[in-house]
Amino acid sequence: MAEFIKKERDFVVPGDEIINSMDYLPGRNCLREGNSIYAKRLGIVNLDGRVISVIPLTGVYFPRVGDMVIGEVEDVQSNGWVVNINSAHSAYLPLSGVREFIDTSKTDLSRVYGVGEVIYANINSVVSANSIHLSMQDPRCRKFRSGRIVRMNPSKIPRLIGRQGSMIMMIKDLTGCRINVGQNGVICIEGEKEDLVIKAIEVIEHESQSEGLTDKISLLLGGNKMPKAPETPHREENHQEFQMEEQEQEQEEMLNE
Amino acid sequence: MKEFKRDDGRKADELRPIVIKVGVIEQADGSALVSLGKTTAIAAVYGPRSMHPKHKQVSDRAVLQTFYSMAPFSTSERVRPGPSRRSQEISKVTREALEPAVFLEEFPKTGIDVFIDIIQADAGTRTAGINAASVALADAGIPMRDLVTAVAAGKIDEHFVLDLGGKEEEVTKCDVPVAYMPRKKQITLLQMDGDLPPEETKEVIKTAIKGCEILYEKQKQALREKWVR
Repeated sequence: MAEFIKKERDFVVPGDEIINSMDYLPGRNCLREGNSIYAKRLGIVNLDGRVISVIPLTGVYFPRVGDMVIGEVEDVQSNGWVVNINSAHSAYLPLSGVREFIDTSKTDLSRVYGVGEVIYANINSVVSANSIHLSMQDPRCRKFRSGRIVRMNPSKIPRLIGRQGSMIMMIKDLTGCRINVGQNGVICIEGEKEDLVIKAIEVIEHESQSEGLTDKISLLLGGNKMPKAPETPHREENHQEFQMEEQEQEQEEMLNE
Repeated sequence: MKEFKRDDGRKADELRPIVIKVGVIEQADGSALVSLGKTTAIAAVYGPRSMHPKHKQVSDRAVLQTFYSMAPFSTSERVRPGPSRRSQEISKVTREALEPAVFLEEFPKTGIDVFIDIIQADAGTRTAGINAASVALADAGIPMRDLVTAVAAGKIDEHFVLDLGGKEEEVTKCDVPVAYMPRKKQITLLQMDGDLPPEETKEVIKTAIKGCEILYEKQKQALREKWVR
C-alpha cells in the first residue's frame, strides 16, 4: 500500500499531492495525474472508503439539488419569479413550484411574491449552470414577513449547524429566536435577541477552526458550559469536519422545526 | 575568489525578503498581499459570479478578467491613474499566466475577476502581481491545477541574478520575468527585455525557476497560516 503524502483531515492547497497510488480514486475537488491524486481546491482531505476528496474551506455558493436556500425575489415574470440566491446565477421559481394553484389570468403574481421579498426555498433541479429551478413544495418553505437577514461564508454553514444540528439548536434554545439557515450562506433570524445571534454567527465565521467553539458560543449567549466537553478537543474538531458531508441531510432536518 | 555580492548585499541567487499575507481584503472572495523587498502588490479575487458585460460571457467556461493597476503614489514619480498601454499589457500577460492553472470549464457562463494593485513599485511588479493573484485565487476557493509563482532573473556582469531590484534593472543585460507552475513544471509567462545568447538565456530561465520554487513554498505556507490554527 502506498503511503499518504497528505493524511486524512490534513490541510491542502491546490496542487498538493495527496497520494501516489492507483488503489484510490479521486473524488470531489481532486484530480488524477499519472499515478498520483492531487488537490484542486484549498480545503481538508477526506477519505471515504477508497475515494479521496477535499472538503473546501472557502468559496462562493454553487447550488446543489435538495439544498434549502434563502433568496430575494429579483423579478416577477409571466410564469414565475427570478430569485437571487447569492450564487453566480439567479434561480427561477416557476408557477408549478408553488404549493397552491394560481390562476395567472386572475392573479397578479407580484401579490404572491413581490420584488424584494425574501423566501425560503428548495432547489428542485440544476439543469445547467444558469438554469436553476426552485420549488416551494417542501413544508419548510415560506415567505419571510419579518426578521433580519445576515450572510456568512457558505462553506462555514456546516459549522453553524454543528454536529447533528447541535450548534444551531443551542443558539435557538438560548436566544429563543426562530432561525432559518440557507445552504447558500444566507440566514434569517426572527426574535427579540437578534443581535446576540448575529454576534454568535460572527464568532463562528471568524473562529470556525478554533477548538471548543460550542462552549464559547454557549458562554457568549449566557448559557452554561456544555456538560459533555470533549477530552481531546483537537480530534473532536477534526472529526466534525470529516463528518460534515454525510451529515448534511440530517442537519437539514434538524435545523427546521 | 571573493563571493559575488550585489548592491543590497544579496547573493546572486537570493530573493528579496518575502512577505505574503492572505485574506487582507475582507469583502473580496479571496485576497493576498505579496511584497518582495520594496515591491508590494495586493490582489483581490471576486467570483465566480455572473458575467458583466453579458456579451463577454462564454457558454462553456468562466471568463478570467485581470485588472492590473499601479497606485499613483507607488513610484517616486507620480503614476497617472487609469488604464495605460503598459497596464493593459501587464493585465493581459497576467491573465495568460494564470489561465492555464484555473479550471475555468467548471463554471460556465460566469466571470472571475482579479484586481491587482501595486502599492509600492521597485521592479518586478508583474511578477509580484502574479504571485499575489495566484494565492488570492486559492484563497477564494477556486479549483486550480497548481499555484502559479513568478519571479524575474537577469545577468549582471558574469553573474546570473535572481529577482532584480530597482537599480539592478538598469544595469542588467536582460530582464526575464518567468511565471511557473512548480508541480506541473510548466512555464506560463516568459518575457525578455534586452538580449543574450541562447545558451545563457536558458541559464537565466533556470535561475528564475529556482526562485519560483522557493516562492511556491512561501505561498503554501502563507495559505496554511491563514487557514490552519
